[in-house]
Amino acid sequence: MFSRAYKTWVTLPPLVWVAAFLVLPYALMFAYSFWSVSAAGSLRHTWNFANYGQLLGREVYRQTLLRSAWIAARVMLFAVLLSYPLAYLLSFHTRKGKDLLYQLVIIPLWVSYLVRAYAWKTILGTDGVLNTSLQYLHITTHPLHFLLYSPFAVVLTLTHIYTPFAFLPVYAAMEHIPRNLIEASHDLGASALQTFWRVIVPLSMPGVVAGATFAFVLSFGDFLAPLLLGGPSGVMISNIVVSLFGAAYNWPLGAAISFCMLALVIALLWLSERLEKRWAWS
Amino acid sequence: MQSDGQALLADGSADPLLCLRQITKNFGRHTVLRNISLSVASGEFLTILGESGSGKTTLLRILAGFEQPSSGEVWMAGERLDPLPPYQRKVNTVFQNYALFPHLTVEENVAYGPRVAGVSFDEVRTRVADALTKVRMLSFKSYRPANISGGQQQRVALARALVNQPRLLLLDEPLSALDANLRRQMQVELKALQREVGITFILVTHDQEEAMTMSDRIALLRSGELEQVAAPDEIYCRPATSYTAQFIGHSNLLPATVRQGMARTGSLAWPANVPDGSALFSLRPECIRAAIATPGAVRFRALVLDYAFHGASELVRIETAESLTLTVRCPQRGLLRGHVELEFSPEDVVLVRESAA
Amino acid sequence: MGLVMTQNDWNRGRIALAVYAALLFAFLYLPVLVLVVYSCNGQGVGGFPPHNFTLRWYSLLFQDDAIWRSVGNSIVVALASVLIGLALGIPAALALDRASFPGKRAFRRLVLLPLVLPGIITGLSLLMLFREADVKLSLATVILGHGTALISVATTEVYASLQRLERVQEEASLDLGANYWQTFWRITFPHMRLSIIAAALLIFTLSIDEIAVSFFLIGRENTLPLEIWGRLRRGITPEINAISTIIFVFSLLTILAWYRLRIRGKGETEPFQAAEPLP
Repeated sequence: MFSRAYKTWVTLPPLVWVAAFLVLPYALMFAYSFWSVSAAGSLRHTWNFANYGQLLGREVYRQTLLRSAWIAARVMLFAVLLSYPLAYLLSFHTRKGKDLLYQLVIIPLWVSYLVRAYAWKTILGTDGVLNTSLQYLHITTHPLHFLLYSPFAVVLTLTHIYTPFAFLPVYAAMEHIPRNLIEASHDLGASALQTFWRVIVPLSMPGVVAGATFAFVLSFGDFLAPLLLGGPSGVMISNIVVSLFGAAYNWPLGAAISFCMLALVIALLWLSERLEKRWAWS
Repeated sequence: MQSDGQALLADGSADPLLCLRQITKNFGRHTVLRNISLSVASGEFLTILGESGSGKTTLLRILAGFEQPSSGEVWMAGERLDPLPPYQRKVNTVFQNYALFPHLTVEENVAYGPRVAGVSFDEVRTRVADALTKVRMLSFKSYRPANISGGQQQRVALARALVNQPRLLLLDEPLSALDANLRRQMQVELKALQREVGITFILVTHDQEEAMTMSDRIALLRSGELEQVAAPDEIYCRPATSYTAQFIGHSNLLPATVRQGMARTGSLAWPANVPDGSALFSLRPECIRAAIATPGAVRFRALVLDYAFHGASELVRIETAESLTLTVRCPQRGLLRGHVELEFSPEDVVLVRESAA
Repeated sequence: MGLVMTQNDWNRGRIALAVYAALLFAFLYLPVLVLVVYSCNGQGVGGFPPHNFTLRWYSLLFQDDAIWRSVGNSIVVALASVLIGLALGIPAALALDRASFPGKRAFRRLVLLPLVLPGIITGLSLLMLFREADVKLSLATVILGHGTALISVATTEVYASLQRLERVQEEASLDLGANYWQTFWRITFPHMRLSIIAAALLIFTLSIDEIAVSFFLIGRENTLPLEIWGRLRRGITPEINAISTIIFVFSLLTILAWYRLRIRGKGETEPFQAAEPLP
């Protein structure tokens, strides 16, 4: 029904923009990852696999990559576990104030990422709110040092940041479950708990997958929380990339790591889309 | 190629407003319309009747300009219509479920067409008021569509289309969303309105009763092909095909063998002016009656199988001696029971073409 | 035999859920609370209990030119990102909804990718582009980065609202003699309006807050998050609490504004569709 000119005009500008500012940069990143830097610090456009070789060969990269994945996995797990019961409560057992509660989950999303990470720093520090409170209440006598500058702080902060992200798709999936299915389940003799496990959990899986993917992917690539709260034991893969692009001045190696991250993220998105489709049952 | 549209218009006598010439429409490999040729006279009320999936809505969308025919041409008043975009056609549509703009009031909905056409403010006002008066909706002009009933929305949709003074008005199942009583009332109103404004109407429906009551002619569409185009009484009394006979009203189909001017199925035999060979005939249930010894009538004995009450009449299923099952419409309840003697007149038996499966 | 809950168990389950929800909300709001409380704490950040209520940090903040300069920069960047995001996101949504072209699926995925991609990848890939093209880093490069990354927000919001627009509405308009341009402004646009406002608000807030992409594309002029970041590296000061509190209040006002709008538009669109993937 729409004319060819109409379709061309709405398609072409975003297509060109995406090509110029998404496709081209990714391609460039891929190209960079095969180049190298001379001793004098200038870029050499010679093609080789040395960067990928380093990436695979050096212990520090492997370890950091694993640590990043492990931190992201914990964040994903906690974010989903924390948000799922709340989504269930809101979607199925709240009538009054449902909108308000929903908004209360969303509002932290509007608070600056940096500000929230910073707030955790002031809470967890040696002279931070938590330690001084504990001492004030005579629960501890000395500040606990493991709170800040540890993977624990990173996981805690990222969980705090990504729980609302995980909540949204889970809640949306639950809201999409037709209510007469719940009634049908009760009608067929299932208890509330049985209905939960046999109807609600399977039908909310697409939301869980989407939320988990969000939480994992975004925390996997994070470099600010580790810089702010992670300390030496909380360094993540993106921090290495940042230093390669900064002080270490080895863009090609940084590009190689970034490209691997990009590939991993795309693979995860692909996987999660497959899972969501499979569990959408329609 | 010389166009029929121009030729017919120059000729003047036939004066068809609309000419469809061999319209075919494919969606991918699927053919939804095949070789549709049809002309519609100015001021005519034509109904395109068909089951869902028969292609009737696609045909309407081609006329409105939302779909392009894969091949064939559409001509209106001597002008090639099919390359024109919808907004350059003097054709307006009353959509199924009306498609009123929810963010505009009744008045703004009706004013939409004249306004986008750049008609002056004062003229828009008077034309909108006229159109709303015509459909008796003037007092609702500041309501929004969500706040008026289905029947009222229907009227607004009509006014919105008619205010543009189209040459041709298309109606896509306009009454299907209304309940039965209102539907019958709107059928009468719609027909009256059409006579009043004198605009050519093309109505699409799957409801054969609606088609029968409103139209000057019915075009019966089946699986993308025209089965028959004729006036309602003709299409009812002289169905051309077995599909037409069965789709419009009830019908008994009699597969018969014709030899020397006599058709025969089992013990039933009647004179038929048809070449020798096998042939298919249609006989309406109301054309079979209890035998009263009408001269020339075909008489036969049968056993009543069952019967169903249908208001003014009764539909009775009978079985002849040769296990041929027929339906009879009997105006009197309880008249036909057990073993009965029936008759029909040979002129009521219509030769029909066997429709493809 | 499966588990059967008695009414009593059931009520207990509900209470447990409610307690759980309360704890979760406490977790979600603790940092915000700490932030606000300590922005008025005379003893600086940390130290329990807080005492010596003061507005000193706010008055210091208001005299801090560098902060306000960065606020101005952030607003410029955010407004420009909204423009880019809408100018490309709306056509992209229209294209996804109604055009078919080779590579449409890939296009859809690409547009949406930056939303779920760690900012570092978007930032770095654009950094390499700008370096190869010999473009000097400035606020303009940050704007390009934000705009590109946030097109997806406008696309998802507007696409969702287009999905709710019955095609027949636009057909009716064309049928009544309005051409494509008129139909767009009279039917399509009013329908999308609320989703466009939502997209604009979201892009604005996300851009104001964005740091990962800006981190790599920034020139001499700082945006507010980068200014804060720079100071954090030097040490914690309650001034940062103060500015964060102000940002938080502004965010709240934005949400409220959005809700007022939404109530007027009665369910025309759901907010935060950006968080849900496209169907």
